Amino acid sequence: MTNSKRHILNGYGNGQRLLAVLLLITVSLTTSCGGGLQSALNPAGPQSQHISQLWWFMLIVCTVVFVVVLGVTLVLLVKKAQGSPDELPERESAESQRRKAFIVVAATAATIVILGAFLVDSFLVGRGLTAALDRKQGVVIEVTGHQWWWEVRYPDVDASSIFTTANEIHIPVGVPVTFTLKASDVIHSFWVPNLHGKKDLIPGKVSTIWLQADKPGIYRGQCAEYCGHQHAHMALWIFAEPREQFDEWRRNQIQSAVKPASDSEKRGQQVFLTSTCVTCHTINGTSAGANIGPNLTHVASRNTIAAATLPNDRDHLASWVDDSQQIKPGNRMPPNKFRPEEMQALLDYLQSLK
Amino acid sequence: MVERSQNLPVDAYTEADEREIKELERVWACPPGIIGWFTDTDHKAIALRYVVTAFVFFLFGGIEAALMRIQLARPENHFLNPDLYNQVFTVHGTTMMFLFAVPIMTALGVYLVPLMVGARDVAFPRLNNYGYFVYLIGGILLYVSFILNTGPDAGWFAYVPLSGPGYSPGKRVDIWAQMITFTEISALCGAVVVIGTIFKMRAPGMSLHRLPLFVWAQLVTSFMIIFAMPAVMLASSFLASDRLIDTHFFNPAEGGDAILYQHMFWFFGHPEVYIIFIPALGFISSIVTTFARRRIFGYTAMVLSLIATAFLGFGLWVHHMFATPLPQLGQSFFTAASMMIAIPSGVQIFCWIATMWGAKLNIKTPLLFVLGFVAIFVLGGLTGVMLASVPLDLQIHDTFFVVAHLHYVLIGGSVFPLFGAFYYWIPKWTGRMLSERLGHWNFWLMFIGFNLVFFPMHQLGLQGMPRRVYTYLPNGGWGSLNLLASIGALILALGVAVFIVNFLWARRFGLIANANPWNADTLEWSLASPPPDYNFYRIPVVEGSNALWDRSAENPVVVGLSSTKRETLVTSVVDAVPELRYELPGPSIWPLLLALATAETFIVGIFTAWAFAIGAVLTFGVFIGWFFGDPNYENVAAKEPPQSEEPHRAPEVLRAENA
Repeated sequence: MTNSKRHILNGYGNGQRLLAVLLLITVSLTTSCGGGLQSALNPAGPQSQHISQLWWFMLIVCTVVFVVVLGVTLVLLVKKAQGSPDELPERESAESQRRKAFIVVAATAATIVILGAFLVDSFLVGRGLTAALDRKQGVVIEVTGHQWWWEVRYPDVDASSIFTTANEIHIPVGVPVTFTLKASDVIHSFWVPNLHGKKDLIPGKVSTIWLQADKPGIYRGQCAEYCGHQHAHMALWIFAEPREQFDEWRRNQIQSAVKPASDSEKRGQQVFLTSTCVTCHTINGTSAGANIGPNLTHVASRNTIAAATLPNDRDHLASWVDDSQQIKPGNRMPPNKFRPEEMQALLDYLQSLK
Repeated sequence: MVERSQNLPVDAYTEADEREIKELERVWACPPGIIGWFTDTDHKAIALRYVVTAFVFFLFGGIEAALMRIQLARPENHFLNPDLYNQVFTVHGTTMMFLFAVPIMTALGVYLVPLMVGARDVAFPRLNNYGYFVYLIGGILLYVSFILNTGPDAGWFAYVPLSGPGYSPGKRVDIWAQMITFTEISALCGAVVVIGTIFKMRAPGMSLHRLPLFVWAQLVTSFMIIFAMPAVMLASSFLASDRLIDTHFFNPAEGGDAILYQHMFWFFGHPEVYIIFIPALGFISSIVTTFARRRIFGYTAMVLSLIATAFLGFGLWVHHMFATPLPQLGQSFFTAASMMIAIPSGVQIFCWIATMWGAKLNIKTPLLFVLGFVAIFVLGGLTGVMLASVPLDLQIHDTFFVVAHLHYVLIGGSVFPLFGAFYYWIPKWTGRMLSERLGHWNFWLMFIGFNLVFFPMHQLGLQGMPRRVYTYLPNGGWGSLNLLASIGALILALGVAVFIVNFLWARRFGLIANANPWNADTLEWSLASPPPDYNFYRIPVVEGSNALWDRSAENPVVVGLSSTKRETLVTSVVDAVPELRYELPGPSIWPLLLALATAETFIVGIFTAWAFAIGAVLTFGVFIGWFFGDPNYENVAAKEPPQSEEPHRAPEVLRAENA
């Protein structure tokens, strides 16, 4: 018996040590997460700023609650009465019962007060997410989720200024951006944690989310609703830029694709237009006009390919075109067995599409 | 000193007693051999099959979890390809929710409720047997198809349209949908059995306000099952019919609605969490009472909290859907309801702490698991409150933060109490005590391992890692925390392995358990370990809310029940006043045959709708057999009036039986 008791006491030593370690981990983690291009704890706009304030408020209150409950539990273990387990249970005195009833009621009341505070703060933050926006000034962007990439369309009253790109979204800094979200196949979820929480893209419905970037930068987003095979590789980048830079980018995107200049580029365009590429992709200014895959009119102006999975350089582009199934198994693009000479020409052409 | 046995010491039995006991043994015996295995209706045997089956599925689910942790241990790992990973996580979630958690909670109820309320078997013992076979067939269906590479891969909640005919060709999702049907039928059977037993088969004197909290928890859970399960059966049947016979319930192109599916699924899905969690609250109340050597503090508040949890549990499903385009006002309602459910949980934790405060705590492994529960569950509950807030949920929904939260509440809230319950009740099931030393190892390995796996996931979620990704890129900064989680998984698995070793060791070498090794208060501890087939030789009369602690020296019991028939006592719903003697049906092959007819309907129904027509005919035939032709069992009550002078009059409650 004494042996097992000592053992048990050691157990509590362990418990307290473990708790200390856990707290240390908590503190070090929550303070060391300032960086991150895809982090809810590194807000870069008013929406994510509000939410992260709510997070810190709730985290602090909840930590206090957790420490108090655990502390009380540890104290009761330390202060436990001695006695044989074979004794008949005693009835507690009425006095002790009353005291305990008071404490339980007080603890319940405190719970209700804390929950009430959370509720009110949560409502206020929820209203703040949309209230401050002056939507008239902003930019409207249509995002359509596909398995497993993002189609990004910039609508405009002037039809000739409408253009479509994929997976990389440029927005001007300091103005509200309205995202109109649709899905072409299954449910996806649009999420750029540094800027805002997520919103689902649901087939047959249109959802809307407003966000704003306060400082220039690039922020990574990722599909947050499981959407099949390559859910893991359905990411996007947001480039928040000063207005002039954004307008310049926009002017370039509105243009048709550049004409092939060198012989190799011309040969590459010919390869593109005479192969299966055209059954899925569009290059404005050519006869390629299919809408199944990403629009490639300005593919060389993008930093990544395959829904922000690979850097957009010649080697990765080559291996992607050759057999993308090796890189992103299950994606909708079939392997393309070009002769080396054709492949080099095609790469030259694609890389010219700035 | 509490007496160790409700019945008299063996040497005090008269010859008449001995004869009667022999007769009871004969009448309640299970038929021998394999036939007996298929036909037995003893609630204890069926419950143990449930427990063992569910535990095997728990181990399968654990192996799948381990595979996922290996895959995610480092970025761009190639251990599992995406197709296999998606099957593994879907089968993991489906197994843990439908094949482990719900059945094992039902199983403990089926085993313990009759023993705790003083009944000789459950109400509807054959329905109980049917429920087990349906569950077993559903589980086998899932795993056979998984091995054949047709394991479901659309996630354990199989959202449309991903799970619809357009985006999940093949039979994978059909397997999932029909397996749901199997486990739901089984859960409904279990719920009906438990409610019937609790309401009508309690020992005299066990009025509702003396009902052990364990039994209250089972009662509340069973009602939740009855209200929740039809919703998911509807959802999965609509899905199956969209896939099989081209209906368009969920097809937006034809006017169907993808969100409708989410409403129907989560109207079940959220109560499901409480269906898993509330029975665990019952385990905890039992364990706390016994090891604190105290009556539970605030019994009425505890009961009301259980009921409040059940009601509120049906009013917060939309917090799984805050990211969908739903009206803000509606969402706010669900925020308030989701936060409110923390109140009854809080009340219960406060009451347990109040019970233990200043008590003579007897710190044994079951209590350790309860203390572990407090630490883990409180943390999980607090992150749950965070998830209830719409704006915060928009950031952490569908990320690893949610993965962390749901494992904190489900493993902390259910699996830890379940392991405590194993250590507490296995002596009753097996007649052997588990090792305390191994028990402590088991607890600490699980506790440390668990926190190492799941605590870092909160951070991963906040840093943007979505759930259900088969891999991640190296530059996201998620590698080291994922590695830590994978190491934790190894420690957690070791903890479970220690439990298995402990169990196998105790079966052979464990100390022999007497009737009441913990000196506990509920009626099952008045019986030998393991209890006899007929449970109670004399059904006791309950004199207080802690039956064994409140027993008077007179030790009143019920006499007058037949020992030549499977007879038990039926009492009134509220006050448990004896009403009539009731003859329970005995072993029968029909439950198995009905389960096979059900299996034909739903398994062949994956391939052709004709299966339902054939199944209807088969089922009808089996029902005819069930109710009329019964080769193994002679239903005496139906054929001739009972031999006693006043049929169906309540038996006497005799006081001073042993005087």
